[in-house]
Amino acid sequence: MISLVPLVVLIPLASAAIALSIPGRRRAQQLITVTALVLVTALAALFMWVVDTQGTLVMQVGGWAAPFGISLVVDRLSALMLLVSAVVLLGVLLFSLGQGLADGDEETPVSIYYPTYLVLGAGVCNAFIAGDLFNLYVGFEILLVASYVLITLGGTGQRIRAGVTYVVVSLVSSVLFLAAIALVYAATGTINMAHLAVRIAELPGNIQLLLNLALLIAFGIKAAVFPLAFWLPDSYPTAPAPVTAVFAGLLTKVGVYAIIRSQTLLFPHSNVNTLLLVIASLTLVVGILGAVSQLDIKRLLSFTLVSHIGYLIFGIGMASEAGFTATIYYIAHHIIVQTTLFLAVGLIERHGGTTSLMSLGGMLKSAPIIAVLFFIPMLNLGGIPPFSGFIGKLGLFNAAAQLATPGAYWLMGVGALVSLLTLYALARVWSLAFWRSRAAAMSEPSAPVPATTEAMVLQGREAAMLEQLHDAPDAQPLQQQRATPGLMLGATIGMVAVSVALTIFAGPLYGYSTRAGAELTSPDALIERVLDVASLPGGSGTTSLAEEYDAYAGIGGE
Amino acid sequence: MNAVTLIHPLKAVVSAPATGTMPLVLILAMSALYAVGVYLLLDRSLTRVLLGFLLVGNATNLLLFLTSGAFGSAPIVGEDGVETMSDPLPQAFILTSIVITFAVSAFMLALIYRSWNLAREDEDELVDDDEDIDVGQSEALTTSEVTEEDVEETPEFPSEGEEDEEEVTIPEFTEVLDFGLGPVSFDADFGAGSGARDSNDRSARDGHNGQNGPAEGGSA
Repeated sequence: MISLVPLVVLIPLASAAIALSIPGRRRAQQLITVTALVLVTALAALFMWVVDTQGTLVMQVGGWAAPFGISLVVDRLSALMLLVSAVVLLGVLLFSLGQGLADGDEETPVSIYYPTYLVLGAGVCNAFIAGDLFNLYVGFEILLVASYVLITLGGTGQRIRAGVTYVVVSLVSSVLFLAAIALVYAATGTINMAHLAVRIAELPGNIQLLLNLALLIAFGIKAAVFPLAFWLPDSYPTAPAPVTAVFAGLLTKVGVYAIIRSQTLLFPHSNVNTLLLVIASLTLVVGILGAVSQLDIKRLLSFTLVSHIGYLIFGIGMASEAGFTATIYYIAHHIIVQTTLFLAVGLIERHGGTTSLMSLGGMLKSAPIIAVLFFIPMLNLGGIPPFSGFIGKLGLFNAAAQLATPGAYWLMGVGALVSLLTLYALARVWSLAFWRSRAAAMSEPSAPVPATTEAMVLQGREAAMLEQLHDAPDAQPLQQQRATPGLMLGATIGMVAVSVALTIFAGPLYGYSTRAGAELTSPDALIERVLDVASLPGGSGTTSLAEEYDAYAGIGGE
Repeated sequence: MNAVTLIHPLKAVVSAPATGTMPLVLILAMSALYAVGVYLLLDRSLTRVLLGFLLVGNATNLLLFLTSGAFGSAPIVGEDGVETMSDPLPQAFILTSIVITFAVSAFMLALIYRSWNLAREDEDELVDDDEDIDVGQSEALTTSEVTEEDVEETPEFPSEGEEDEEEVTIPEFTEVLDFGLGPVSFDADFGAGSGARDSNDRSARDGHNGQNGPAEGGSA
């Protein structure tokens, strides 16, 4: 079982290599990609079951003992993240297959798209199973380099411009991460996370704080928390719809995952929790205010993405078992729902020819299925009771009530407000794109020219508000309206079904999250598991390693 | 705890190799690289941003190297005693990071080249604006000078490869040519050739302009 762990990285990487070597054969590439991701999904589901019943899986790559070799660790949190990511990757892949088949792959240069997508998946999986900081860095780099290619796909002027922002910001965050690793190594002499957990605790408090902040800044840029999030709404919306969907779902969450790991395993007694709570509230508020003022659905959703990262940081900042539990459930919910919403917007863009709210209208009649596919995740993200968004937020507020500090209560208030504002922002999309009659939309020009203010006033308060809004600076021109292929629709329906399943199976999933949260708050078991020499495969290797330890112990004494 | 007893001997080795002093020169070099790199990263020009990234990346590599403490012998088992070896781990990090930096710089270069191409395409479009066309139609002399430059550039595009560029740029050139030279010199020399065959037509024009341009310029 343990030897299966690296497969979640190896299968996508090997498949990417194979797919890259047969550039002309699109069918074969698609088959390889789908097969690889189905395998990864199955493996992740298997891991989740095994980890939950038999405990954490630790693989020491090459049989080298923990602090020397590379450890791959799958605990409950990793397994859940792997499964959710694999499902999202698969769902979005099917969506892009549908789009590619319908458009003759005009937007996605065939020979590059599928291999790069697989490499992205490999990077995400590698980050989730990394047992040491440097491997986490490598995982980040794999997924980032793949994302550079995906975000500039096609190389149009708009995408290059957005891509430059994204690439430069990511490069800076990577350099900061690497520098932080250097500092951590200088202070402790190890980068194995389980080993670090022991070593960092022995360091003086101020050095701990320095290391913690260095890592937090690097992860914060990737997770897009408030002061470090301005790159996101500028770069994500310009990519092709499926790419935006998978970025929105996964990439920022890898950053959040890294923050969870560093706050629970490396710095369990850190004193940045108040800072995290402040950042969380600012991320929540600033993000959602950005969303409310947008006219382009993709940009609007990008801002809600930033905003809802605040909920996750909120849970981490509380640093209690209930807080981590709620965060874990919320991550799973948010990855699925945000991706689903972006896929639905992809359908809207196809059907309506644009994502600008100024020109969309009457889609409830013309495309009732898309309307339903947007409506369900919209309520879900806004936190309307039966759905998983409500359950996640309830868990967070519950944890805050248990903590009962002024900061926690303040964040409960902010969280509730932001939840309402999310619903408001999305309801505006709903009323403009779906409820408004097509004629009302057509009476407005696609650009907000003052000359047509009269026409807008007729629409009452909504129009008065629209006047103050600006179209997205890079708003795409009205495209040709195209038929929606069945596969795209099917993939979106599948993702909506998964998001609803998070609600239906909320009991078992929340139970699992609780166990994962408990695991995070008491990391001793994980540390012992990773550093345990006796559990190494191969008896002969064990003895020789033990001898090496003795040899080193002799030197250390000098 | 089992884990703690196990770690202690290791800790003594890995975190306490600082028997010598840290090389001051490397620290100064690292600081200089960081300073210059950050300065360049803040520039508007993408090429400078790339250079800045390379410098900052190298500075970080030096930082990683400095974490291994004092210099030692090459970390190869059997070459020298364990006591005098330098710490191999930072060197492994640096190698990985160099490879990653290399790949990313290659991508950045491609990105910069693409954005430069796009910027140049924008400039090409400016040639087609209304005023230019007016000027072109009013004076044959000016037009021929403009088209001469364009025609000189045309051979570059097919040889550089990308199909979409070919599709975009060449029709533009023919448009410019149509506005300017069509009525002026076309009928005189190639009246017979300007029939229905389009591809012939275009190559004939191109060849004609290339020859005729300098002559007209010279007459001025």
